[in-house]
Amino acid sequence: MTRTNLGMPSFPPFPEAAGEAVRDEVLRANLRRATHTIRDKRARAVTELTDWDRLRAAGKAVKDHTLRHLDHYLLQLEASVTAAGGTVHWAADADEANRIVTGLVLATGEREVVKVKSMATQEIGLNEALEAAGIAAYETDLAELIVQLGHDRPSHILVPAIHRNRDEIRDIFRSEMASWGRPAPEDLGDDPRELAEAARLHLREKFLRAKVAVSGANFMVAETGTMVVLESEGNGRMCLTLPETLISVVGIEKVVPAFRDLEVFLQTLPRSSTAERMNPYTTMWTGTTDGDGPSAFHLVLLDNGRTDTLADETGRQALRCIRCSACLNVCPVYERAGGHAYGSVYPGPIGAILSPQLRGTGSDIDATLPYASTLCGACYEVCPVAIDIPEVLVHLRERVVQGGPATRAGVRVRLRPAHGHTAERAAMRAARLLLDHPGALRTAERLLARARRLRPRRLPGPGRAWTDTRALPDIPAEPFRDWWLRERGNRH
Amino acid sequence: MRVALFVTCVNDALYPRTGIAVVRLLERLGVDVDFPAAQSCCGQPQYNTGYRREAEPLLRRTAEAFAGYDHVVTPSGSCAAMVRAHYPRIARQAAREGRGSGLERLAEEFVPRVYELTEFLVDVLGVTDVGAYFPHTVTYHPSCHGLRTLGLGERPRRLLAAVKGLELVALPGAEECCGFGGTFAVKNPGVSAAMGADKTAAALATGAEVLCGADNSCLAHLDGTLRHAGAPLRTLHLAEILASAEEDPLP
Ligand code: SF4
Repeated sequence: MTRTNLGMPSFPPFPEAAGEAVRDEVLRANLRRATHTIRDKRARAVTELTDWDRLRAAGKAVKDHTLRHLDHYLLQLEASVTAAGGTVHWAADADEANRIVTGLVLATGEREVVKVKSMATQEIGLNEALEAAGIAAYETDLAELIVQLGHDRPSHILVPAIHRNRDEIRDIFRSEMASWGRPAPEDLGDDPRELAEAARLHLREKFLRAKVAVSGANFMVAETGTMVVLESEGNGRMCLTLPETLISVVGIEKVVPAFRDLEVFLQTLPRSSTAERMNPYTTMWTGTTDGDGPSAFHLVLLDNGRTDTLADETGRQALRCIRCSACLNVCPVYERAGGHAYGSVYPGPIGAILSPQLRGTGSDIDATLPYASTLCGACYEVCPVAIDIPEVLVHLRERVVQGGPATRAGVRVRLRPAHGHTAERAAMRAARLLLDHPGALRTAERLLARARRLRPRRLPGPGRAWTDTRALPDIPAEPFRDWWLRERGNRH
Repeated sequence: MRVALFVTCVNDALYPRTGIAVVRLLERLGVDVDFPAAQSCCGQPQYNTGYRREAEPLLRRTAEAFAGYDHVVTPSGSCAAMVRAHYPRIARQAAREGRGSGLERLAEEFVPRVYELTEFLVDVLGVTDVGAYFPHTVTYHPSCHGLRTLGLGERPRRLLAAVKGLELVALPGAEECCGFGGTFAVKNPGVSAAMGADKTAAALATGAEVLCGADNSCLAHLDGTLRHAGAPLRTLHLAEILASAEEDPLP
């Protein structure tokens, strides 16, 4: 069985990585400022629409319908893309997708590609695969460029460099740009406009030289074979129009049935992600056209754990995600832990439910991700396609601690509980037995009350973390049920 | 009208004052309240941590303990949300997996009768001024499940605002989670503590004397954070403030 690759090496469990991130004051300040600004703006952009709830319901319905008939719509898409002059490739996992793309690039004779920001290519680790084949991949999205130049990993879906401040970005540009192409100006300051201009000049050389571009897509229209990319900077449009060969790697869940289905998402996606009424650049391309745009178009349809996810009735709603990142921006856990702690290209609440489904719950990081939430529900509240993230988290927690049915690589399997939960399981069971016998519960409460003066200041075991930062509550002299018996018990 | 108090396991064992306050408050409002002794825990700790099947017997116990009452009142938004949002789901799944005979019917019958305290006061009794007296400045933290799952909205704040002598000050970032999250506080101590620290700092900055909430588990986390830091801010459950009366004021 191939292991689904989400573009990341092995990672420490979430609590460890997050615990470390929390101690990084600069990181916390950067994240707090960025997430709070965007969340306030998003809230304003959403309240402007009087039919938000209906748009949200419509988006959910379109996605659910498509997922239910995914086989049909994917075949229709393949036919439309082919009819429009494109070529469709199917990739079961990351390795296969990387092999296909690398082969396509090598066949053009080129050794350089420009890239449109894309989650799917990050998910499969395409840049690394291309590099291994001697192909240089240049990210052209400003934030992706910062991450790439900084030998860093993205920390956010939409704002991959959210964890960096202006000072850090200037330093990265000054020290790294020269080895990739046009160097940064000697006297580069930290003014955002200056930084953007330096990036623009650096990137322009790449756009004008590149013969091959690699992109993802936000949507694929089955009926017409049209691919859609939404972006803010226009760099994506340069990549999609200037080169001779365009290769798009897209997750199979991105398909929508018809052109008119875009209407809903073109309203909800920009508002949810960048808090804009309309995104600045919406680029659509359908196959190839003589003398206009790329003369060769390849669509690589990526599974990489998606059909397995689709097989799970509760978990499949994660495939509705349109990657707007609104859930990240409102998540109090993401705000403190930062994107890297999630150990995949999908951080935040959506990452916490997507990665353990795409990859399975076998590794430490994937077994701890479903617990990377207080279940506060803020993510569900903002999600423009109404993914009940808390519901899926609890569902996946069950898979971790109790095991159960799941689909891996297309095969129905029965998962065993993850290791390391034996003590917890025993405690939960003991608590349940106690709580299910009020007589025993009353005795336990009385014992607790009698031992109240012995209450330790610090707890042993897993409870220690509690007493490291919090004082324990006082134990009352008498539980409520005894008060009731004494004061009101004889009344009825 | 037969009204039962669902005190919740946390309040029973650790915060009996909250249960006592609810009884006094409801009796003052003319409600004859009963406490069925067969009740215990709603099963939320089990369910939320992934032990769904361990929660099933607790669901059955809870629903059966309150059979025959017109209304079931609980001073916890979180436990009320557990019943309302998750009992039907748990019962349905148990049935699908061939367990829990009759659980679905039990849940269906029980769920609509359960009210969080402020819902009961405002929606069922139709009062916002409960005749309370509490001459202090108070800031209110709406816990997530009450806020989002139940949609309590302005009910708690309206009740507080009507308390004689009470000055209600707004809590900045009120709708942000305090970082408790049940077993989250133990499984992710670093993030939980950071969230608790931010929440208590926001509450302290209001200058209020009391940080009020309607869920003792969140309050335990916040109160513990405050006391650990030696910060001069008291935490109180909403019910205690509403029960405080001029002839017998809460100190
Ligand atoms: S889960 Fe919802 S809110 Fe989060 S990125 Fe996906 S669509 Fe946006």
